[in-house]
Amino acid sequence: MLRRLRRPLTDRRAEQLLGGTAVAVVLVIVAMIVFIAISAWPSFQHNGLKWFGSGGDVDAELGEMVNAGADPSDEAYRLRAWPLVYATALTTILAVGIGVVVSVLASIFIVELAPPRVRSIVVPVVRLLAAVPSVVYGLIGILVLVPFVNDHLISEGQRESVAYVIPLTGPGLLVSVVLLTLMITPIMIALIVDAMSAVPRGWREGALALGVTQWRATMSVSVKAIRPAIVAAAVLASARALGEAIMLSMVSGSKGFAPQPWDGLIFLFEPLRPLAATIAEQSEGISAPALKASVYAMALVLLVSSLFLSVGGSIIKRRFRVGTAR
Amino acid sequence: MSVPGTTGPGATPPGRRQRLLGELRLWRPLDLAGVAAAWLVGLLLVLVAGTLLLYMGYKGLQYVNLDLLVSRPQPGSDQSQTGGILDPIVGTLLIIVIATAIALPLAVGAALWIVEYGRPRWLARVVESGIEVIAGAPSIAIAIFGLAIFQLPLFGWASFAADGGGVFGRSFIAAGTVMSLIALPSIFATTREALQSVPRHVREASYGLGKTRWATIRRVLLPTVRPDIATGTALGMGRIAGDTAIIVLLLGATLQLQAGSDIPGVGTLQGTGSTLTSYVYNNSPTGEGNAPEKAYAAAFVLMLLIIGLNLLVAFIGRRRAGNDLPR
Repeated sequence: MLRRLRRPLTDRRAEQLLGGTAVAVVLVIVAMIVFIAISAWPSFQHNGLKWFGSGGDVDAELGEMVNAGADPSDEAYRLRAWPLVYATALTTILAVGIGVVVSVLASIFIVELAPPRVRSIVVPVVRLLAAVPSVVYGLIGILVLVPFVNDHLISEGQRESVAYVIPLTGPGLLVSVVLLTLMITPIMIALIVDAMSAVPRGWREGALALGVTQWRATMSVSVKAIRPAIVAAAVLASARALGEAIMLSMVSGSKGFAPQPWDGLIFLFEPLRPLAATIAEQSEGISAPALKASVYAMALVLLVSSLFLSVGGSIIKRRFRVGTAR
Repeated sequence: MSVPGTTGPGATPPGRRQRLLGELRLWRPLDLAGVAAAWLVGLLLVLVAGTLLLYMGYKGLQYVNLDLLVSRPQPGSDQSQTGGILDPIVGTLLIIVIATAIALPLAVGAALWIVEYGRPRWLARVVESGIEVIAGAPSIAIAIFGLAIFQLPLFGWASFAADGGGVFGRSFIAAGTVMSLIALPSIFATTREALQSVPRHVREASYGLGKTRWATIRRVLLPTVRPDIATGTALGMGRIAGDTAIIVLLLGATLQLQAGSDIPGVGTLQGTGSTLTSYVYNNSPTGEGNAPEKAYAAAFVLMLLIIGLNLLVAFIGRRRAGNDLPR
């Protein structure tokens, strides 16, 4: 038996074996989507599209589900997840928006401006920032940034003005967005630097020969040529930002509250809790059927949106690759 | 890194720098602001990363000592009594080993099939986009999927079942298996790219000598792409070590390693435990433990591990650049 195994595989057996591993990977993904969708179904069944709507207190509703126990009534499934969806969208859009500007500027710096010696420092630094685990960002956020915001940025007046709605203690939108931006920027920089380095030298030289300044050449040729790559980077980064659970559960304040932009500066300090962080925190009580369905429904929303984002991102990236191949 | 279109001093003839500085005076203010912003952002990145590293290093060295590394964590309300971080370190290594052992053959096999066989074409495309989907899926969604799977009665052996028949679904086997999905995309991507960059004539030479396709894969292709597989694996290990969501949901987050059954060895795999990431999470002020000193120490060890893996990647890359030709 052992000797038979040690004999070289025939070609057909090898193809079947390797093909089998590939198919197994696909099956796991299909199983993932199907399983999450099935488990999520009761929640959507009871709430319909109102699932995404506002009204009611999310945290109270989630608490109710745990209390409903093993045999929940229809009432217990009630969930209006708008604050969580909104928090996810808000943190993602803000972080990606800031991240795009920062990473394009940083890529220009790395590719066009930095002297080789500086570049040889910046490139590993970016790689390192991309590798820092999210929990370390979260730890620094909760132990350094949150106390700083609480002590120095929030004034007593601001605290009192919203005390009857929500306590401001430091964790909230500002810290979340800052750390999220720091987490996704290195990923975007890596993609944009790759694209920018691939812009043919002649294009830029052509612009320079026409007498524009170096900066103009960069902006009008390099940056314009890689616009699809920038979009792809932003899309992939938003997929990443959507799913960040642990760091945001640590620094977001963990309240099912929707920060209001018209609150002015206080907006930045208001606590929130995105979908992913909610899943991480509620996973303990998953033995209660109502809560289980709701948590899986949140996971399904995240999974489907990240699926669309990553498929969209890769389509843009592929089109871009064909474009420069010429 | 050689980049076309650079304007570094190394690439410029002498005197051009002065001319550039002279030219800068004629630029529009907006353009100057752009250049300044790019420099600012670049240097700021270095500054932020430097501060982060120095701060973690300072806090880490302040709280890490040998005693902490080799003693087991204990429950306690005061930081001086909560013991060390031996179990989280062992847990992290265990998870890395389990997940890599599962992800490596799957990813390399899938990459080999895509590049070397890849028929039917539509299936190959499905596999490729499938792996892209895993790469983009939030790890929390993957984690909760794993919880659903391992709580099935079918997988009762992987963790332990309560008397009522409910399966706990949290164990090293569960977390490690699900974690392999995190490492899979990076191993797959590097292996596939390396295989695609092996010139056709290398394969043809091997076929010409009468080797079968499998023998070509085994004796020619795999040895050639081994450094790339190693790179992808090291990257994947870094992602495994750093992922928290899957651990929090699927490892049970017990302070010490707790065997799930009496069988030695296997019992540990069936049991629960913690890793460095979940230890940091639980000991931060948001978690149950609230022991910031221990959290800093564990985060420091975790960072060392991640930096070590990154250096390994760089080292493999440099060695490969040194001898490009396959032996």
